[in-house]
Amino acid sequence: MIPATFDYIRPASLDEACHVLRDAGDSGDDVKVLAGGQSLLPLLRLRLAYPSALVDLGRLPGLRGVEDRGDHVFIGALTTHDEVLRSPVVREHVPLVAMATATVADPAVRHRGTFGGSLAHADPAGDLPAVALALDCVFIARSAEGEREIPAAEFFTDYLETALRPGEVLIGVRAPKLGADWGFHYEKFTRTAQAWAIVGVAAAVRSEGGDIAEARIGLTNMGPTPLRAQVAEEALRGLGVAHGNGGGPAPGSAPGSAPDGARDPVRDACGQAAEGASPPSDLHARPDYRAHLARVLTYRAVRAASA
Amino acid sequence: MPRITVTVDGITYEEEVEPRLLLVHLLRDRLGKTGTPVGCDTGNCGACTVMLDGKSVKSCSVLAAQADECDVVTIEGLGRAGELHPMQQAFHAEHALQCGYCTPGMIMAAIDLLRDTPDPSDEAIREGLEGNLCRCTGYSNIVRAVRRGAREMSGETPAPATGGEVRTS
Amino acid sequence: MTEQLDAGLVGRQIAESDQLGDPKDGREVGRARRRKEDARLITGRTTWTDNIQLPGMLYVAFLRSPIAHARITRVDASAARARPGVVAALTGRDFADEQGSLPCAWPVSEDVVIPDHPPMASDEVRYVGEAVACVVATDRYKAVDALEAIEVDYEPLEAVLDMTEALAEGSPKVHEAGNQAFTWKFSGGDAEAAFRDAPVVIDRTYVQQRLIPTAMEPRAVVATTDGGSFTVYSATQIPHILRVMLALTTGIPEHRLRVIAPDVGGGFGSKLQVTAEEVLCLLLTRRLGKPVKWTESRSEGNLTVHHGRDQIQKISLAAERDGRIRGVRVDLLADMGAYLMLVTPGIPLLGAFMYNGIYKMDAYDFRCTGVFTTKMPTDAYRGAGRPEATFAIERTVDELAHELGMDPLEVRRRNWITHQEFPYATIAGLTYDSGNYEAATDRAMALLGYDKLRAEQADRRDRRDPVQLGIGVSTYTEMCGLAPSRVLGSLSYGAGGWEHAAVRVLPTGKVEVVTGSSAHGQGHETAWSQIAADALGVPFEDVSVLHGDTAIAPQGMDTYGSRSLVVGGIAVLRACEKVKAKAAELAAHLLEASPDDVEFSTGTFAVRGTSEGKTIQELALAAFAAHDLPEGFEPRLDAEVTFDPENFSFPHGTHLCAAEVDTETGMVRIRSYVAVDDVGHVVNPLIVEGQVHGGIAQGIAQALFEEAVYDSDGNLLTTTMADYLIPSAADLPDFVTDRTETPAASNPLGVKGVGEAGTIASTPAVVNAIVDALRPYGVNDVPMPCTPERVWRTLAGAAPPGSTAAGRGGAGESEGGER
Repeated sequence: MIPATFDYIRPASLDEACHVLRDAGDSGDDVKVLAGGQSLLPLLRLRLAYPSALVDLGRLPGLRGVEDRGDHVFIGALTTHDEVLRSPVVREHVPLVAMATATVADPAVRHRGTFGGSLAHADPAGDLPAVALALDCVFIARSAEGEREIPAAEFFTDYLETALRPGEVLIGVRAPKLGADWGFHYEKFTRTAQAWAIVGVAAAVRSEGGDIAEARIGLTNMGPTPLRAQVAEEALRGLGVAHGNGGGPAPGSAPGSAPDGARDPVRDACGQAAEGASPPSDLHARPDYRAHLARVLTYRAVRAASA
Repeated sequence: MPRITVTVDGITYEEEVEPRLLLVHLLRDRLGKTGTPVGCDTGNCGACTVMLDGKSVKSCSVLAAQADECDVVTIEGLGRAGELHPMQQAFHAEHALQCGYCTPGMIMAAIDLLRDTPDPSDEAIREGLEGNLCRCTGYSNIVRAVRRGAREMSGETPAPATGGEVRTS
Repeated sequence: MTEQLDAGLVGRQIAESDQLGDPKDGREVGRARRRKEDARLITGRTTWTDNIQLPGMLYVAFLRSPIAHARITRVDASAARARPGVVAALTGRDFADEQGSLPCAWPVSEDVVIPDHPPMASDEVRYVGEAVACVVATDRYKAVDALEAIEVDYEPLEAVLDMTEALAEGSPKVHEAGNQAFTWKFSGGDAEAAFRDAPVVIDRTYVQQRLIPTAMEPRAVVATTDGGSFTVYSATQIPHILRVMLALTTGIPEHRLRVIAPDVGGGFGSKLQVTAEEVLCLLLTRRLGKPVKWTESRSEGNLTVHHGRDQIQKISLAAERDGRIRGVRVDLLADMGAYLMLVTPGIPLLGAFMYNGIYKMDAYDFRCTGVFTTKMPTDAYRGAGRPEATFAIERTVDELAHELGMDPLEVRRRNWITHQEFPYATIAGLTYDSGNYEAATDRAMALLGYDKLRAEQADRRDRRDPVQLGIGVSTYTEMCGLAPSRVLGSLSYGAGGWEHAAVRVLPTGKVEVVTGSSAHGQGHETAWSQIAADALGVPFEDVSVLHGDTAIAPQGMDTYGSRSLVVGGIAVLRACEKVKAKAAELAAHLLEASPDDVEFSTGTFAVRGTSEGKTIQELALAAFAAHDLPEGFEPRLDAEVTFDPENFSFPHGTHLCAAEVDTETGMVRIRSYVAVDDVGHVVNPLIVEGQVHGGIAQGIAQALFEEAVYDSDGNLLTTTMADYLIPSAADLPDFVTDRTETPAASNPLGVKGVGEAGTIASTPAVVNAIVDALRPYGVNDVPMPCTPERVWRTLAGAAPPGSTAAGRGGAGESEGGER
């Protein structure tokens, strides 16, 4: 398929971009920001979107790259997934970002698709929103009026909707460095390798002497926005991770229960991972199955993160 | 209309393009580079994979305007002076193609894969090619071909291909 | 397409690497030749239909119905005509007098209903995607844009989606004549007697989900005219059949029509069709006097390339307690979709003769009802009827083994035709010419490490490992090499099953082989060169194969049904033999010997017992010069043959699949896959192996990944590759393949068809493995595709071990309105 017509604007500076976007917002035009275009172009080709103009930020200086800024890592919005994966800073200080990014689409898409674009697109089936949420990242938005910080918990407002205002551009994300006592894991469940996640679980776990001191769990594709599994996070606090054998249900027992019938408190806690979620129903999974997967995958992610 | 300058397989073109013109249509319809085919409209199949500034991209998911001032290499620009690229040779030697429609993209993706991983495991090859779909081969011979191409590109002499009898990879 | 080996360096490089094959006593047949076709395919110098650019070319886009079933009350294309670059915007009414009805060449029964099928709908639409208007414009972007200016008013009618409901009294109708397309029956032996008092009866219902064939090259058509005659380029498997059918449909005389299948990017049956777009593009070039091109997008193709499978199979099997099968009964519902296309109703019947599989039995009863629904029509997809049949019998035999507490291979051994029993007349009326099921099975078991895996399975069961292991068996045969014309006639098919070949030795000694087969990835140019090289004693490189153009290869029956080698290849061999006979006559004349004294060996005709001889190249030149020829000898060394096979081809084999099932998530991972196929003698082992690999991949894809899903309004939900999941390299295992070689008795090369075997064999192997893994949970079926969710639901709903339901009856899952 072929996109419908649109205007194409390639601003020379971030200031110009902000003005273009503000003017478009004022006149009510449906202007879309183009970064890598890996989500947007398929939508345009299927004519599921008819923007009047694309504002191509792809070449703006200064929005691309990863910086170690002491207590956090700053990832420029236009940093491609591929660049994120190659960044030693990301791998060392925010490995969860690297783990999830490695699962995004396929290598060719990762060469074009951008970190900021994925987040601003706010697809709850995308892998990075749940990670940003689990890490309590801070989103930096820029407009003609200046810069604004948006905590991850407030950034994702609805399906494909964010707290970005008309005229605002996401310029980057601050990902806090968590200490050496934290472990991470991204558990993605797909039917085929390049498919979107049916469910994904981003887990960051701080261990203290074999116990879970703190767990942060972000859920992919369990609602119109990425979610934190707060009930499970609370329930996990203080539990020993040495319990449990990772086993599955015994023949004849309910799926999800431990193989020998013994209680595993971590598994029980992760069994609350879907509390408060409103998982979608689509071709690939119905809500109850997604909820089940969230429980199982949270258990796996937490165990892997605390291993 | 945006005016772009783009180098494709070593030749520089200046073109006025509609903003919505896809890179793959610039290649095929305007520049006659029909070696790069289109297989889907969602960026899933990878048949249209080309190198953009040295990295694999799906040319159906890039606007021609985004390729301004970029260097594009297609399957037609691989190899030098009429010689096959080792990966092209390897696909032939291992019977890694049947209808051949996915082959240009598959070869480009395979070459890209070796940039970072010159000696990939079978698993790395399969994962590296996850964005390129083939409906004919079942991929076993593609994996063999990428292995062979990797050996050849690293200067080793590949073992002669077996053929048709029991083969496990 | 003519073979296009490059004369330059590239060609030489390729030719050098071709020497890597293993010469067997100097013969080409049997040698792993690298393909001649590859040179253009690996360098991007292909001629896909969409690559064709003609002066003044116009571009066509179709507006398609967004509603499954509706009356069209108004179509207004006038605004589209006013759009820039638009040359024409036309509706079904505009074509009414010339478009005819798309053909169905297989009126399977007396009671068959073949509804009128206009290429462009004008009164009523019956599936989402049916064309209702088109735009012709100066470029493809403008054509698509102008579609949005066409207004269509629909008066919705009720969609008909479920086959059982469609046959019920009072169902809304797809067509005036009702929703039953046909009924068809077959019986062999006395099924009543076989089932009466049978100690064991297994009753099962299996659903063959609807599939989208998904050749990588989307369809494309180019049509052009010089005013008097017409040329149609199409991404088709069947240029010859298409030519005849376009002539019959449009009234354009056949001799003024030329059809070219240029490079075609896969088909798998999906391009065995006469499509609305082909007819309409031809009519458009006639109307506008300009070349036109249409290329579908993938999402358009998912809607409107014919679909495959979509059957509900009720199968009953009666057996003794020792495992001996007494008989099989099959009652089939087959979804035709909205219309009968080229061979739509015949597809399930191609399976009708295969539900007995490789087994001996006393009785077999088959009944099939074709049903109309408001969905895209179904038609041939790789295997076409036989994968469905093989799935049903191989699944059911596994159920029998479970019921009897026997190893699934043991129950097969007790029933299969032993190698001493060939030729064997089956209960379904076929005669299997050859086979050795024992040998293939023994080899497959050894390659898999069957006993070791069984031990691991037992261990995992004991440990209650959340990841369980299953081993799936599929011992298949299939009927292919379509087909003896008299048999096709007896099945009411509208054409024969012969194939044509012409062989010409050119004055310089080079050879042109013209074949009626129309390859689209199978490697005919290479394999036919091998056959001709051996037969004529010329170098492989000296043979060129021409095909795919009705002006170059005027006769043919094209490529489908694993027929190319066993019909088309044999035609080539026969034509070579005829050429050889002529050459021998000329040699005898020139050598002043009796033709009986002339012997042929490696390209030279010599007088027996002497060293005096003439090479075939010398003879070709002598024939061309025509200075000294035998009386009545025409001055050329060529021959044509039309070959009609005497029997089908019956490849067989044993496929074993070991699959791990994660009982917590339902995820299935194939751990190892072994295929031992017997396709008789092999012309090119490399090509055969490639066919097997690709076939296995597509069969696994049916088992695990693929399904065309319509919602309750009849909208296709799987319109893109993001929704209709084709497996990538990362989703499939490596395949371990081997062959046993039991030559076919029905042709001089001893070869059998191979194109569909892998697909036919693999689907039941995978599902049997999954079910085998889950037996301890009381699971005896998982509906396809066995997605993680389906596996999980099946486990959640399965009866625990020891309950009476275990091992009998249907699966635990109730389909939740998804299908």
